[in-house]
Amino acid sequence: MIVAGCDIGSLTTKVVLFDGKKILASSIIKSKPKPEDGAYEALQQACAIATVNQDTITYCVGTGYGRKRVPFANDTISEISCHTKGAFYLYPNVRTIIDIGGQDCKVISLNTQGEVDRFVTNDKCAAGTGRFLEVMAKVLKVELQELSNMAKKGNEAITLASACTVWAQADVIKYLNEGISKENIALGVCKSMAKRVGVLVNQASIKKDVCITGGVAKNTAVVKELENLLGVTIIKITNVDPQLTGALGAALFAYQKAGGK
Amino acid sequence: MIVAGCDIGSTTAKAVILDDSTIIATILLPVEGSPKDAALLLLSSVQEKTGIQPSQIEAWCGTGYGQKNIPYASIVESEIVCHAKGIQFIDSDVRTIIDIGGQDAKVCRIDAYGNVQRYVYNDKCASGTGRFLEITADVLEVPITELAILDAKGVKEVTLSNQCVVFAETEVISLLNSGEDMGNIVKGLHRALASRVASLALSIGVEEKIAFTGGVAHNAGMVGALERVLKTKLVVHEYCQMMGALGAALIAQERIKNRVAS
Repeated sequence: MIVAGCDIGSLTTKVVLFDGKKILASSIIKSKPKPEDGAYEALQQACAIATVNQDTITYCVGTGYGRKRVPFANDTISEISCHTKGAFYLYPNVRTIIDIGGQDCKVISLNTQGEVDRFVTNDKCAAGTGRFLEVMAKVLKVELQELSNMAKKGNEAITLASACTVWAQADVIKYLNEGISKENIALGVCKSMAKRVGVLVNQASIKKDVCITGGVAKNTAVVKELENLLGVTIIKITNVDPQLTGALGAALFAYQKAGGK
Repeated sequence: MIVAGCDIGSTTAKAVILDDSTIIATILLPVEGSPKDAALLLLSSVQEKTGIQPSQIEAWCGTGYGQKNIPYASIVESEIVCHAKGIQFIDSDVRTIIDIGGQDAKVCRIDAYGNVQRYVYNDKCASGTGRFLEITADVLEVPITELAILDAKGVKEVTLSNQCVVFAETEVISLLNSGEDMGNIVKGLHRALASRVASLALSIGVEEKIAFTGGVAHNAGMVGALERVLKTKLVVHEYCQMMGALGAALIAQERIKNRVAS
């Protein structure tokens, strides 16, 4: 039996194909203005990689910000549930999940059964979300993916007066004009990001083990700053792209719903 | 006796020249470069535009974000105190001041003598400040001075689901793409900022009369939006942007009078 999970986020759309034992294939593409188009394209890509026909998919669960717009979904389940499911499957010792997406940040606390105890989320303010890093990368004229490596080369982080993305942007421009190195600015940006996420983590209270998911999990500079700030080791998921956690959780739910164990 | 007040804000620099109880000149300049540069430019344009020589001015009082960078100000006073003094001079019935500047918003409760009773301040989040309109006007590709005209053409307030400037920017783009009327979008933006500032005001409570000051008060659309949210008429004076500088000038005058008396 083949099932699928489709996670439509604000910036990326993800699909995971699962057969009950392993991930057959996955895809990550940019979200489309019409979310349905993105969902189809991500599904086609994953099917092509796994060389399976779309018709052979028994069940699909949609999740994420655009979950209602997955045309081929049999059911929808919230992101919180899907992230928890996915992270617990990959790493059963996880008790706190920090998920930083393109436009939000969630901190989920779970029990030994992998059930959600409580969660806090920020989707009101761009600071502390992927969007903050995106804006800063643009000001620094570097690719978002390069920001992390750049920060690691910095040795004296600049301080940003305010967490607000708008004010931080003005600060970064000011530092650039003063001739401060991009590396030190990038380091300060990652520190500020970690600080903002740290506030949310502390609201949820932290239990070990802590794991990070979502696109920003790939920014190792931010993860390192967050570890320093919280004084814990953060587990990096390496066997699966951390951005796929939600889609994987959706696929796991799909497998259960389709009668698999 | 001629005195002057100087308010160096983040976006504009203002000066008010006072001769006894008459405002004889007001000057407004955009801030480009450092606060000190702006302060010096302000001094030279006072001379140019009014013919008043610096030696004729008995004292300068400075206020605002750049208050410490005004070389010629012998007195410095906080923005809140200056705003309270300024508005009391204009209309002594005012008990609440709502001031929206380029990079902050403040709400201040005053008594009948212009003394500050309580105040709240937001400079942490851009969404409750003039910057919100500046950035979204940029997305709409209209000068900020034209927002009021567009607002008047709107027939309904579009509800924005985002408060954050960064998220609202994206929302405005998708509203434009979906063919929403510019006037309605602007009305919605004014409503969003008004709601944000009103919740700041309500955190300390408001008492009438309420004056709306700061550069944003020149925008009639914004005045209407704030009046609808607060369900009351607002006092908006032609010198609404000059309140800090006016208050500073009044404080300079007071200090000199006290000095002479003692």
